[in-house]
Amino acid sequence: MVLEINNVSKHFGDFQAVKSLSFSIPEREMFGFLGGNGAGKTTTFRMILGLLKPTTGEILWDGRKIDYSTSPLIGYLPEERGLYPKLKVKDQIVYLARLRGMDKALALKELEYWLDRFKVPEYMNKKVEELSKGNQQKIQVIASIIHKPKLLILDEPFSGLDPVNVELLKNAITELKEKGTTIVFSSHRMEHVEELCENLCIMHKGSPVVFGALKEIKRSFGKKNLSIHADFDLSFLKGFPGVLKAKPTSEGISLQISGEEAAKPILHDIVSKGFIRKFEIEEPSLNDIFIEKVGAAYE
Amino acid sequence: MNKFWIIFCHTFITKIKAKSFIVSTIIMMVLVLGATNMSKFIQYFEDKEGPETISVVDESGQYYPALKQQLSAQKADFKVTNAENETAAQSQEAKGTISGYLLIKADAQELPSGVYKSETISDTTVSSQLQSALQQVKGVLATQNLNLKQEQIASLYEPVKFDIVPLKKDAKTEEELNQARGLVYIILFVIYFSVLMYGNMIAMEVAQEKTSRVMEILVSSVSPVQQMFAKIFGIALLSISQLALFFLVGYASFKKNLESIRETGIPFFNFDELPVATIFYGILFATLGYFLYATLAAFLGSLVSRVEDLQQTIGPMTWLVVIGFTLAIFGLGDPELSFIKIMSFIPFFSPMLMFLRVGMLDIPMWEVVLSIGLLIGTIILLAIFGARVYKGGVLLYGKSSSFKDIKKALSQN
Repeated sequence: MVLEINNVSKHFGDFQAVKSLSFSIPEREMFGFLGGNGAGKTTTFRMILGLLKPTTGEILWDGRKIDYSTSPLIGYLPEERGLYPKLKVKDQIVYLARLRGMDKALALKELEYWLDRFKVPEYMNKKVEELSKGNQQKIQVIASIIHKPKLLILDEPFSGLDPVNVELLKNAITELKEKGTTIVFSSHRMEHVEELCENLCIMHKGSPVVFGALKEIKRSFGKKNLSIHADFDLSFLKGFPGVLKAKPTSEGISLQISGEEAAKPILHDIVSKGFIRKFEIEEPSLNDIFIEKVGAAYE
Repeated sequence: MNKFWIIFCHTFITKIKAKSFIVSTIIMMVLVLGATNMSKFIQYFEDKEGPETISVVDESGQYYPALKQQLSAQKADFKVTNAENETAAQSQEAKGTISGYLLIKADAQELPSGVYKSETISDTTVSSQLQSALQQVKGVLATQNLNLKQEQIASLYEPVKFDIVPLKKDAKTEEELNQARGLVYIILFVIYFSVLMYGNMIAMEVAQEKTSRVMEILVSSVSPVQQMFAKIFGIALLSISQLALFFLVGYASFKKNLESIRETGIPFFNFDELPVATIFYGILFATLGYFLYATLAAFLGSLVSRVEDLQQTIGPMTWLVVIGFTLAIFGLGDPELSFIKIMSFIPFFSPMLMFLRVGMLDIPMWEVVLSIGLLIGTIILLAIFGARVYKGGVLLYGKSSSFKDIKKALSQN
């Protein structure tokens, strides 16, 4: 079941939140949706969910529009976390699951399973307001996946979670993906996106500035990172041809270079100057690409 | 199960289980029981104190027996004793055996005049009873002095016959009007109270869901319109259960105390059989008023981002209810005013004002039908408009709470 976004724009009065966005996400895929604050991510998610109507263009899932009849197949974790503070976890999740078309008994059984899996079975009868922020987040995640959705939209799923819980959550959503769920998620944490997504889109002010498969994006970016550890001063490399950026580190220097070719003359030059403990060419991180693309657009 | 029913049941069950709801229901029931048992409380405290005693210092000695006889004929709720002179009465008063004394003197025509001395003169029941008894005594003596015959005296004292007869055939008599006034007043108060309280409850519920951001999940699984109406009906069921409880408790307690309430002679409670038509219109207008204001409250609630802003936003709604109630209370005294008549067709006031008119007067059926029609029409319009605002409003977050937000919410669709 393919999610297709065809030339979608959204205006709020004079403000254009999303500008002619197009992409499609195949089944069983995790799609990373990145962007700075106010880039139009949440608006796009709300349009996918049918909460907002696109000004132009259309969004199709499995060839049809998403509306309330498809809601049992869709899971949504909003960016702004929200649960009923005074309700018990049990009542809360069962209520939300029933609204997604789940049977009460099944919802209870599934809730038990997920609480166990997230290592918090004791929260079953606790009120949400008694839980810490990170634990509320887990409950919220359960609410969005308990009905085994076919399309799952996660807006910042990892915010507020410690590394152990991030791992638990990653495993859970990877498993869902393998079972056939299409997942779209947004995050500010590039390493999560790099780890989980094959395809991604970086939004800026309503338009996609980077789009495609992760490997492809990295390759076409061209620029590489060069990390050197040495005992002598390396700051003279800043002016070297092919060096775009230089940042001193505790043990040497970290350079951004125009390509692999640019590394050769650097190596030639520095071997004569002293002992080199590390000389490594690295793929650019998504973080670098994001800063470059979005940062450049800011300038 | 249909999503409407899931939200409907959820709203009803979580509200009815809430501690605040249970506590306020208990408090209200205690108040209802208190109000219907008021006469018992009054009697209880009075009986405990026992009847007061008043000394009468009658220097001539000729008035006391007549006065005592007159007082017992009046069923005065205090006892009288005779005292020799003022000094004796003063010492009795100092001992606390009496609460006041009456000095009776005879004037030149041998007619009595009195001075009542008491520690507290704020309680006028004793003094006025004494005064009227003494007046009677004086009247009898004065007429005797004129050598009138007994029949002449009787015809002199016979009260004038004075009846009020309405010119219109079906118009209510003064007595009926008084009875209607009592019932209409109670039902008006119930309408006012329920519209305000349950309207607030709905607005609060919506605002809380929005503030706690649960709304976004809800709105992604259930359409806002369905959600809004499920809530309005859920709270309606809650209010019906609560009011039914109050009525049952109140009615049972009222029936039990009917005799002692009658004795107090408050005309308010002197209706023997409940007039079915008035009750029916009361329920009808209360229901319509509830739906009108609940719809208004739901969409106003959807506009605020913080619960703190709620009171400000629903302020205009509260004012409408308060104005309607004030007009109705004003109209209780003179329901035929054409001002009240005109206002009773304005949908925001008609639940109270048209009910007032229909309960107090005999108005043509078309007026009632027209106002109900207008009311239902407004509810439908408000529901359609409100649902649109609600749909956009629930996704709208911001610090402002002005009515520009309505426009903004509408543009979200």
